[in-house]
Amino acid sequence: MTARSLTRVRALLLGLGGIVLVGVAWDLYASFGPDAGVQLGGVLVLPRASATAMPSVGSMFGRLLDPVASGPGSPLLLTAVIQASLVTLGVAALGWVVGIVVGLALALLMQRFRTAESALLPWVILSQTVPLIALAPLVAGLISTARVGGQAPPLWVSVAIIASYLSFFPVSVGALRGLESPERAHVDLLRAYAVGWWPTIVRLRFPASVPYLLSSLRLAAANSVVGAVVAEVAIGMDGGIGRMMLSYAQSSSGDPAKAFGPIFGAIAVGLVSAGVVALLGAALGRYRRAEATA
Amino acid sequence: MRIAQRILTPVVFGVLALAVWQLLVVALKIPPFVLPAPLAVGAVFQLQLPIVGNGMLITGLNALIGLVLGTALGVVGAILAAFLRAIDELAAPLVTALSVVPIVALAPVLYTMYGAGAQTARQFIAALAVFVPVYVTTLRGLRQVAPVHRDLLRAYAATRWQATRAVTLPGAVPYLFTGIRIASSLSVITALVAEYFGGPVNGLANAITSAAANSNFTLAYAFVLGAILVGLVFFVGGLLLERLATRHSIT
Amino acid sequence: MSAAVRVRGATKTFPGRGRAAGVTALENIELRVEPGQFVSLIGPSGCGKSTLLRLVADLDRPSAGSIEVFGDPAAKARVKQAYGIAFQQAGLLPWRTVAANIRLPLELHRFPPARRHARVAELLALVGLEDFADRYPDQLSGGMQQRVAIARALAESPELLLMDEPFGALDEMTRERMQGELKRIAGETGAAVVFVTHSIPEAVFLSDKVVVMSPRPGRIVDELPITLGTGSAADDVRESEAFFRQVSAVRELLHGVPGAAPRGVDLR
Repeated sequence: MTARSLTRVRALLLGLGGIVLVGVAWDLYASFGPDAGVQLGGVLVLPRASATAMPSVGSMFGRLLDPVASGPGSPLLLTAVIQASLVTLGVAALGWVVGIVVGLALALLMQRFRTAESALLPWVILSQTVPLIALAPLVAGLISTARVGGQAPPLWVSVAIIASYLSFFPVSVGALRGLESPERAHVDLLRAYAVGWWPTIVRLRFPASVPYLLSSLRLAAANSVVGAVVAEVAIGMDGGIGRMMLSYAQSSSGDPAKAFGPIFGAIAVGLVSAGVVALLGAALGRYRRAEATA
Repeated sequence: MRIAQRILTPVVFGVLALAVWQLLVVALKIPPFVLPAPLAVGAVFQLQLPIVGNGMLITGLNALIGLVLGTALGVVGAILAAFLRAIDELAAPLVTALSVVPIVALAPVLYTMYGAGAQTARQFIAALAVFVPVYVTTLRGLRQVAPVHRDLLRAYAATRWQATRAVTLPGAVPYLFTGIRIASSLSVITALVAEYFGGPVNGLANAITSAAANSNFTLAYAFVLGAILVGLVFFVGGLLLERLATRHSIT
Repeated sequence: MSAAVRVRGATKTFPGRGRAAGVTALENIELRVEPGQFVSLIGPSGCGKSTLLRLVADLDRPSAGSIEVFGDPAAKARVKQAYGIAFQQAGLLPWRTVAANIRLPLELHRFPPARRHARVAELLALVGLEDFADRYPDQLSGGMQQRVAIARALAESPELLLMDEPFGALDEMTRERMQGELKRIAGETGAAVVFVTHSIPEAVFLSDKVVVMSPRPGRIVDELPITLGTGSAADDVRESEAFFRQVSAVRELLHGVPGAAPRGVDLR
C-alpha cells in the first residue's frame, strides 16, 4: 500500500468516525440530558432531551423501514422519502440548468460589452448578498397569473424558477471572472491570429473559465437545492421533500423519529447534487491542469 | 472620472430599471397582486415603518446572534483543527457535507428541540450556516503561513507558541474576516428562510407570507424591501470589517 | 521587393489616467527589416522595444506614423497572417497537448485535417519534440515550452517572426541552447525575425542587425550591422574575437543611453 493511499484510508476512517461521533453525542445527550433542556438567563441554550424532541439515532434509521402511516397499503417511509427527494432533486436540477443557461448568457453579454458589465455586475453581486429568497411567495403569485393555454402553470414551475433564480447569480459572476481570466499573452496570441470574438470565446475564454465555472456550478447546485426546498415550503407545493419535512414535523409529538426521514432526504439531495458537480469536474480534468501548476 | 463612471453607470441603470417598472405598472394597470409599483411600495414602507421595522429588528437580531455564535464556534473549531490534525480529519466530511446540504432542513427538528415559541432555533440555524465559511476560511488562514515567515521564526529559535502568536494567528486574521464577510449575508438569508419552516409568528418572512395571504401585496413587498435593507446592512458591515482587517496585508 | 517590415515615423503615446500625464512610449521611429533578415531590438526597460513589436503585430495602433509588413498596412498583414509571434511566457494553452497547441493556428485558419497532421509532425521534428506530442504543457520544462511556442509561431510558415523576449524567463544554459536552435531554424526557414531582448550577447549572437533603443521617450539610438562569419559552430562563434568586439560595440552604444546601466540591461 502506498503512503498516499494509506493517508486516504486514514482520512476516510477518521471522516466516518466524525459522523459516528456526532451520532453518539446525540444519543448520549438524548439519554442523559435534562428533559427540559438547560436554561441560561431564561434562554434555552441546550435543547430538551425528551424522547419527543430528540429520538435516538437508531430509531431515526429504524423508522425509515416502517410504513409511513398505520393504514393498509402505506409505503415504507424510506420509499416515500426517496420519492419526495427525487421530486425535489428534479425541480432543483431543472432550476440549476436554467440558471446555468441564463447565467452564462449574462456573463457573455457582460464580457462582450463593457457598459453591460459596469451597469449589471454591481447589481448581480449585490443581489447575491441580500435575501432575495424573501420574494419566493410573491414570485409564486406572479407566476400563477401567467396563463399558458388558458391554464395557470403548475406550482413546480414557480419552484423551479426560484431555484434557477438562486443559481444563476453565482454562475454569471463565476463565468465572467473565468471568461476574463486568460493571461494577456493568450489574448494577444488570438488577436495575432486575427480571429473574431466568438472563436476566442470557444478556443480560449471558455476553456480557461472551467475552473471558475466548476466552483460556481457547485455553489449554484447547493443554492438551487436550498431554493427548491424553501420555495416548496413558501409556495406550498406538495410532493417534494420541503413540504414533507414541514408536515412530518407537525405530527412529531406522536412519532418523533419520522421527522428525520425527510431531513435525511434533504441531505441526500444536497450530496447527490454536489456529487454530480464533482463528476463533471473529473470529466473536465484536462481544463483544470492550470489549477495544479498555478 | 473613472470612479464616478463606475458608480454612475450602475446607479443610472438601477434608477432606469425602477422607472421602467413604475411606468409599466401604471401604464398597463398591473394589479398589485401581480406586481406593485415601486413608488407604492416605498410609500407603504414609510407608512408602516413601525411594523416593518419591528420585523427587521427580529430577523436582524436572529441573524446577528447567529453570526456571533457561528463565528465564535468557527474560530474555536478552526484553531483546534489547526493544532490537532485528527480533529480536522474528523470534521472534514461533516463540514463538506454542511456546505452542500440545505442546512435549513434542520429547522423543523430544532423548533421541536428548542420550543416553537422561542427564536433560539432560528439563531442556531443561522449560526450553523455561519460556522461553515468561518471555519473553512480561518483554518485555511491558519495553514497558510508564508514559508519565509516560518523560516524566520525558526531562525530565531522561537517556541511553537511564540511562532503561533507572532505569525500564525495574525496571518489568519484577514482570512477570518473574509469568512465573516461571506457569512454575514448568509446569516440573514438563513435566519429569514428558517421562518418559513415554523416557529414564532413574527419576523420578516412570516410577515411576507401573511401579508401575501391577506392579499396585501404592496405591504408584502414593503417587507421584502425591509429584508433587503437588513441584508445590505449586514453585507456592508461585513465588508467594512474585512477592509479594516486587511488594510495592512500585503499580497 | 518590399521590405519585411517598414516603420515610418511611428509614435505611440499612452493617455494618462486621471491627472497623470500621458506617456510617450515611442517617438518618431524609423525601421526597416529586409526579408530573411534577423533584427534585434535592444534597450533598457521602458525604451518601448516591446511596444514597437506590438505595433508591428497590430496588437496596438501607433498614435502617428505608418507601419507596413511586406507592403501591407499592419492591420491587413495581421488579417493575412503575414507573421508568426512568440512571447516571453510561452503562452501555451494548458488544456491542450503539445501537438494540439501547435495545431491551434491551423485549426483557427481552417487548414484541412490531413495537412494539419502532417504540418504538426514536421514542426515537432523541427524543434525536436517528436516524443512529447501528447504531453501537456505543465509536464514540460520552460525551454521545451518555449520550443513549442516557436513551433506554433512557425506553423503557417510565415515570412516574418515576431519574438518578444522569448528566452527571457529561461536559465542561461537553456537560453544558449535555444539561441542556437533559433538561429538554425531561422536559417532553414528563411524567415525574417524581429527579436526583442535585453541581453547583449543574445542580440549579437542571433542578429544580422542590432537596433539600440533609449527610453523616455523611446527612440532608436543607432543600428549596428553584425558580421560573425557563417558556418562555424555556435560555441566557436561565442568565443570568437569578432563576437566580443561587437558585444563591446553594442555595450558602448548602450552606455550612452540614460538608465541603461547598471540596471535595466543585462550586460552579461
